[in-house]
Amino acid sequence: MTDKKNITDNLSCPLPISDYDVITMAHGGGGKIMNNLIEKMFMHYLSNTMINEKHDGAVFTAEGHKFAFTTDSYVVNPVFFPGGNIGELAVYGTVNDLSMCGAKPIYLSLGLILEEGFLIKDLEKIIISIKNACEKSGVKIITGDTKVVDKGKGDGIFINTAGIGIVRDDINISPSQVKEGDVILLSGDIGRHGIAIMTTRENLDFESGIKSDCAPLNDIVQKLIDEKIKIHCLRDLTRGGLGSALNEIASQAKIEIDVEEKSINVIEEVRGVCEILGFDPIYVANEGRFIAFVKKDDAEKALKILKSEENGEFASIIGEVKSKNKNGIVILKSLMGAGRILDMLSGEQLPRIC
Amino acid sequence: MKYIDEYRDSSKAKNYFDAIHKIVKRNWSIMEICGGQTHSIVKYGIDELLPKNITLIHGPGCPVCVTPVEKIDKAIEIASAPEVIFCSFGDMLRVPGTHSDLLKVKANGNDVRIVYSPVDSVNIAKQNPDKQIVFFAVGFETTAPANAQAVYLAYKENINNFSVLVSHVLVPPAIKTILDAKDNRVQGLLAAGHVCAVMGYKEYESIARNYHLPIIVTGFEPLDILQGIYMCINQLENVTCNVENQYSRVVSREGNPNAQKIMNEVFETSDTKWRGIGNIKQSGLKLKDKYKKFDAELIFGVIDYTVEESTECISGIILQGIKKPMDCPAFGTICTPEHPLGATMVSSEGACSAYYLYKEKN
Repeated sequence: MTDKKNITDNLSCPLPISDYDVITMAHGGGGKIMNNLIEKMFMHYLSNTMINEKHDGAVFTAEGHKFAFTTDSYVVNPVFFPGGNIGELAVYGTVNDLSMCGAKPIYLSLGLILEEGFLIKDLEKIIISIKNACEKSGVKIITGDTKVVDKGKGDGIFINTAGIGIVRDDINISPSQVKEGDVILLSGDIGRHGIAIMTTRENLDFESGIKSDCAPLNDIVQKLIDEKIKIHCLRDLTRGGLGSALNEIASQAKIEIDVEEKSINVIEEVRGVCEILGFDPIYVANEGRFIAFVKKDDAEKALKILKSEENGEFASIIGEVKSKNKNGIVILKSLMGAGRILDMLSGEQLPRIC
Repeated sequence: MKYIDEYRDSSKAKNYFDAIHKIVKRNWSIMEICGGQTHSIVKYGIDELLPKNITLIHGPGCPVCVTPVEKIDKAIEIASAPEVIFCSFGDMLRVPGTHSDLLKVKANGNDVRIVYSPVDSVNIAKQNPDKQIVFFAVGFETTAPANAQAVYLAYKENINNFSVLVSHVLVPPAIKTILDAKDNRVQGLLAAGHVCAVMGYKEYESIARNYHLPIIVTGFEPLDILQGIYMCINQLENVTCNVENQYSRVVSREGNPNAQKIMNEVFETSDTKWRGIGNIKQSGLKLKDKYKKFDAELIFGVIDYTVEESTECISGIILQGIKKPMDCPAFGTICTPEHPLGATMVSSEGACSAYYLYKEKN
């Protein structure tokens, strides 16, 4: 037997790493590192009352009418993925951001950054998808721009869309409207888009039949509004998934949100891939799902409306707004019944070793 | 999902919680070896629902956490070379070295790729004959066979642009080091199921005997862990010290002979440094001479690195279960997953990261 020693006498740990001095992928991952960049740089320099709302789009009044305005860029790789392509994503993403403001989307702009060598026939496929997606969601592209960059300076195609929508005068949907006792609904199962993208990337050697959930949300939001559901806040789940969306609203509205793990639906194929890679589906990206904070009395009716939608069978009530909390916090009640913090992810989810 | 849902059944879990409450009489400290188990315990809140007189100590079984800083620095230096495609399991990318991490190396334009199987990196070598492909062979006995297989394949197929940066560690020597420490509090062990799936549990029998403590080979799902705890408490209360196999659907006493064979073909044991713990005799694996030409440290001349690790972080004490993450003054203040002081905060399986993600920070 070796000499007894107290290992704690010789503690060791690396030096701390200071703030990042270059942009890493985590700065776009939808987690804390991205939020820090937004808070500490963008909000610091560009602060104003509208941007400070930190909603999916800005709502403003002009000539006595209320409008919503938003922009988003699309850099998805691969450009064509199971269940969609970058073109329809660029339409639906912006349509959905406007819908989350309670707006009826009407016009979009289309900015294309094309890399030298990108196939014209692929571009045509994308533009046709954009046309179809616009028809499906009732919007028109009314202005656009095209730039081409040298081979190697882009990734085939990047798209930016901005969008404008009309908001009814009596509608006020934003994180600041969230109230204690509000019930939180989730419009369907989660994680399909992120896993569909991941399983088609070349370095992952397995196939799945999972398709992206990429879809426009304006119709369903309009339906909820028409049925007079008292909606206080909406948020579509994109990068960072459900976990990030809940945390964003909790911190913006300064509330505690309690959610039940067992009420969050994830289809078996998505769960399977997540188990293999060590991912938590709560943080996996979506492109056609949203959460709604509604007045308690309207929750069951709202759920019925969500469930009646195509792909709405997995819609569920996932939790409620408990109380005011100055830091904003999300508590997830685990399958075992214990409560734990559901934090915002730090950077990107990385596949684990074993 | 069959085979997973069954092991997350809350009513069955409740039965186990009740059964554990019924049999426990005294105070006990049990260490779960593996970071995957720690993660499950904290994620499902198992520790919150156990009787107060059972303390779970989170062991050193997170390969990301115990990889020494020197290896990370070596990885960063190799990955920064323009001719290199550096392949790694995903969760190594964020681990801080002395001045940087692999994510930053990637951000600077170097070719750093996440692979899901070590053999993928051999295929990348075949596809890129003008590049040097280096795989970061990290992990416990669990990943060693697959990593060995990649080296063996490269040897068989005479691939000359492939090498591995080896940082393999073994569980039993670390367990003995923890049990030998004078401030050891561990009274029972939950052994890591997947390590035992490869190695079997024969070598744990002498540990149980010599140190007079029960060892339960345990899986990773909530019901596995609860059953493992139940079996461990049952032995402690009855003053027995046997090795029992909770994870019999995966683990046999002999383990996986094919996996052991390929490991023994490619690797041999060596003295190895553990991050936060220090040097442990014969606790690691290195390439055998026959496979030395695949040793990235030799190829890139990154042999003599020593890093003095700072004392600000108490990850060493945490890895041995003497303190909990919350006992560290840096926890959640200057040390967060965005700015980790130590690797236990970096890895998703690290105790600090699990506590930070799932528990109150204050």
